[in-house]
Amino acid sequence: MSRSWQWFHRWGSSPYVFRVGRRWQIGLGSIGATLLLIGWFWGLAIAPVDYQQGNSYRIIFLHVPVAFLAQSLYMGLAVAGVVLLVWKMKIADVAIQAGLPVGAVITFLALVTGAIWGKPTWGTYWVWDARLTSMLILLFLYLGAMALRPALPADVAGKAVALLVIVGVINIPIIKYSVEWWNTLHQGETLKLTERPAMPASMWMPLVVSILAFYCLAGYWVLKRLRTLLLVRESKASWAREYVEQHHGL
Amino acid sequence: MAFESFSEFLAMGRHGVYVWSSFGIACACFIGLAIEDRVARARAIKRIQQQLRRENA
Repeated sequence: MSRSWQWFHRWGSSPYVFRVGRRWQIGLGSIGATLLLIGWFWGLAIAPVDYQQGNSYRIIFLHVPVAFLAQSLYMGLAVAGVVLLVWKMKIADVAIQAGLPVGAVITFLALVTGAIWGKPTWGTYWVWDARLTSMLILLFLYLGAMALRPALPADVAGKAVALLVIVGVINIPIIKYSVEWWNTLHQGETLKLTERPAMPASMWMPLVVSILAFYCLAGYWVLKRLRTLLLVRESKASWAREYVEQHHGL
Repeated sequence: MAFESFSEFLAMGRHGVYVWSSFGIACACFIGLAIEDRVARARAIKRIQQQLRRENA
């Protein structure tokens, strides 16, 4: 068997993911928490004040990371959906179930922090502009996919959720280009991979640290929930029993 | 440092309520995620322990 297939089979095995996932969970969690403390302290206390927006702009160190993550996580779950539908890999189903609530919370945060930032900047908490509305749709996609599983018989629920998540990917380019296609109150892209940022390094560096922090923390949150779900779903499996007996006793 | 004193840092130049409520809500969400997972995990472990005890009895 080729190396890549070995890799594929290992990551399809629950006890392997449960065991190795713990190491990743600890690593990503500690790196993410450290980066977040650095990024937020840097952004909140050290970065200079914005000459137009004053200190309200500091919400950027929370708002932009969660807004990025809300979309990236959705794309990640859609990839997991394809893996489930094409290769029938069960762990992808567990990953989707673990990731959806995390994505919903992160999207909720992007909307709420955006609204709070909007009040001192635009004079209103909410406008029905294309960026805000498409982000609200993303939240509904997350919540809809979460609600679908318990509403369907177990043998088809995973596939249906995966399909809904995949179809919803159409919303991601709409979010991304909403600020170009329509006249929005929301400003254009904050950071582009291909261009120098418009803001000074003293502002974008803590922003990059905060973004990296949130990506690590997302990995931590999803893995943590995934490992819990494995214990819930496979409570009758011998690996789960051995784990509980060894680490938690009877 | 962008601020002269800690009270200025908290005030955020009249924007304190916006900045701190945003970060506060975020921290509350993270704590919520942690608690929810902790409860689910404890429940799963308890269920497996009960199964094991029933079989050993």
